[in-house]
Amino acid sequence: MIQSRNSHEDPPTGRNAPRDLPVVGQMSRRTAVKGVAAAAGLGALGLATAPMIEKTAQLSVEEFLQQHFKELTDADKQTIFERLEQEAKEKYGATVEIGDFPALEGVRYGYAINLSLCNGNGKCMEACHKENNHDRATEQSYIRVFEMAAGSTNFGLGTTHFDHAVPQKDKYYLPMQCFQCDNPPCVSVCPVEATWQEKDGIVVVDYNWCIGCRYCMAACPYHARRFNWKPAEIPAEEVNPDQGYLSNRIRPVGVVEKCHFCLHRTRVGKLPACLEACPTGARIFGNLLDPNSTVRWVLANKRCFTIKEELGTKPMMFYFFD
Amino acid sequence: MATTMTTGSTQTPLTTLQFWSGYPRFLWRALIAATDGSALFYGWMTTLTALALVGVNAWAKQYALGMGVTGLSDHVSWGLYIANFTFGVGLAAGGVMMVIPAYLYKDRSMHDVVILGELLAVAAIIICTLFIAVDLGRPDRFWHIIPGLGRFNWPMSMLTWDVIVLNGYLLLNLHICGYLLYTRFLGRRPNPVWYLPFVLLSIAWAISIHTVTAFLYQGLGGRPFWNSALLAPRFLTSAFVSGPVFLVLTMLIVRQVAGLRIPVAPMRTLVQIIRVAILVNLLMMVSELFTEFYTGSDHSSHAKYLFFGLHGKTALVPWMWSAVGLNVLAAIMLLHPWATRKPAWFVVAGVCAFVGVWIEKGMGLIVPGFVPSTLHELVEYTPTLAECQITLGIWAAGLMVYTLAVKIAIPILQIPIPEDSGH
Repeated sequence: MIQSRNSHEDPPTGRNAPRDLPVVGQMSRRTAVKGVAAAAGLGALGLATAPMIEKTAQLSVEEFLQQHFKELTDADKQTIFERLEQEAKEKYGATVEIGDFPALEGVRYGYAINLSLCNGNGKCMEACHKENNHDRATEQSYIRVFEMAAGSTNFGLGTTHFDHAVPQKDKYYLPMQCFQCDNPPCVSVCPVEATWQEKDGIVVVDYNWCIGCRYCMAACPYHARRFNWKPAEIPAEEVNPDQGYLSNRIRPVGVVEKCHFCLHRTRVGKLPACLEACPTGARIFGNLLDPNSTVRWVLANKRCFTIKEELGTKPMMFYFFD
Repeated sequence: MATTMTTGSTQTPLTTLQFWSGYPRFLWRALIAATDGSALFYGWMTTLTALALVGVNAWAKQYALGMGVTGLSDHVSWGLYIANFTFGVGLAAGGVMMVIPAYLYKDRSMHDVVILGELLAVAAIIICTLFIAVDLGRPDRFWHIIPGLGRFNWPMSMLTWDVIVLNGYLLLNLHICGYLLYTRFLGRRPNPVWYLPFVLLSIAWAISIHTVTAFLYQGLGGRPFWNSALLAPRFLTSAFVSGPVFLVLTMLIVRQVAGLRIPVAPMRTLVQIIRVAILVNLLMMVSELFTEFYTGSDHSSHAKYLFFGLHGKTALVPWMWSAVGLNVLAAIMLLHPWATRKPAWFVVAGVCAFVGVWIEKGMGLIVPGFVPSTLHELVEYTPTLAECQITLGIWAAGLMVYTLAVKIAIPILQIPIPEDSGH
């Protein structure tokens, strides 16, 4: 392979032959100039990185070294929850309580929406915004209501931007949020397992483990995921103090979040905030494993459909017209 | 071949200690080569340093203020960084087009310059890693993706595959370049046992890095613009345009600046490769566009947005037509015999092809995947100044790495190697 150079068409010439190693004495002036240049370069690098160093200094060792949620003991969790409560106090001036809320046995959550009743009033979006401590500046919410053209399921003909009286003639209204898919593409793509499906079907995010690569946002076919582009702004008095670690606690900047079916409520027997706020009764939430639940009755007696069924994501949110 | 499989036939074997004893001297020599040069060299490096520092500062601010300083949104959640990452992977993979003729087809003239391709792979992978780093919302949690330390979602997440193949490719090329340069520095013939298996592995590996990077996108069922089996082959084809173009331009520059005599044969081989690859790439584009526009399904709205604009939103239209124009012009110019005879003609054609692929594989691929969104909403994306500064800074840093690597390698490659008595 590396063989004689006899056959080479361009043998090296004397001009390109290697030079001797430099003599230190002759190099002194040049070396000094190089030294000054290197020092100036390092100084400039220090100045350039100053904002990053300043920000990193605010990061506590505990936060930096915190392990994945599934690896934490109950004692670890307690310490972390207290640290996060302290942070909420310092950053938002709010007294909050953060809990674990583990998934219940024998429960698989399902959500059904009666599109004949939904009139696009948007109370669900509003309730989600408040319940889940969303950023006030961007009016963030996990729910978006589409005003759809009657007779069409094409989202391209629908819009989320409408500020006229509802309901409009020739329109129907379709609220969208995370479907807690049984085959969630967002979970498979996460490189660090920062998002996973719990045994009750809810897909959660460990906001302290997410690296913010946003691959899950590219993978979700339903626009269900949000990214914290900026630190959330919430006035102290508006902060919802009843918080879950994997749900509605105030999210750190630079991580992805999503609807979690209000697990801090639903796992203690309450209903999701969006359902409670809905004035039309369009929302039906319950345990799919309970044969007597209303959601099971809906699935058995109404002709339900799911969105983009062909993608094989198996959504746990079912729509029907009554 | 038989005589070269052993280094003992014509040169006395060294003990491990003897072999490594020259290493400090090698490093010192590298340091001298990397910091000594003409006024042109100092000017070039100072410019790159300045650009890199502006980029570092912009990244530091992005880290302190959040990703809100970018033009990205929940609708278009990847942009300039991931676009450049994708293009960079192609550049890294494209370097292999020198390795294949050199080692598989035993093209002797390629042997002395093949290291330029391997060094390009190293620099390009560094560029890619930096683009991923600046795209992370939480770079402070980078360790979560390190196998063993964090939680590595392998084999499910294609991103973990990408981590493996990109880092593997970096290590392979570092080893190959390091070993060949060091033995040459010692004035010895390299022992094929220590590099040939790695070189052969690196050929397959080069294909894998761009395939895996394509799988990253093409595996997403919810993004019809990417969800195409043609994506990976097209990635490779365009990589075999951009990589070799960069290498020929490098050789022309090195020849001009360092006064180095570079044989014409490798350049000619590379131009032949580019000629074929650019035509195949155009053919694949036509095939994709036919499927999109003739079918006319809702899935073609991304291509419509990219080429013609949708509902008055036309941000990418001028870019994409520029890419098409540049690629077609480059293809025509490359077909002309002057492409191998007149350097100036090639430079124009090469730059056109390079920029064309950069647009097409970058902004022209990533952004329309998000526009319209999965729920058919039309939110456009324009990079902010901060994003442009960071992007320029990373390219400057990568070019610094490549310049220094080439600068160190060239004088070492002039050291004669002992004759093989077998010939």
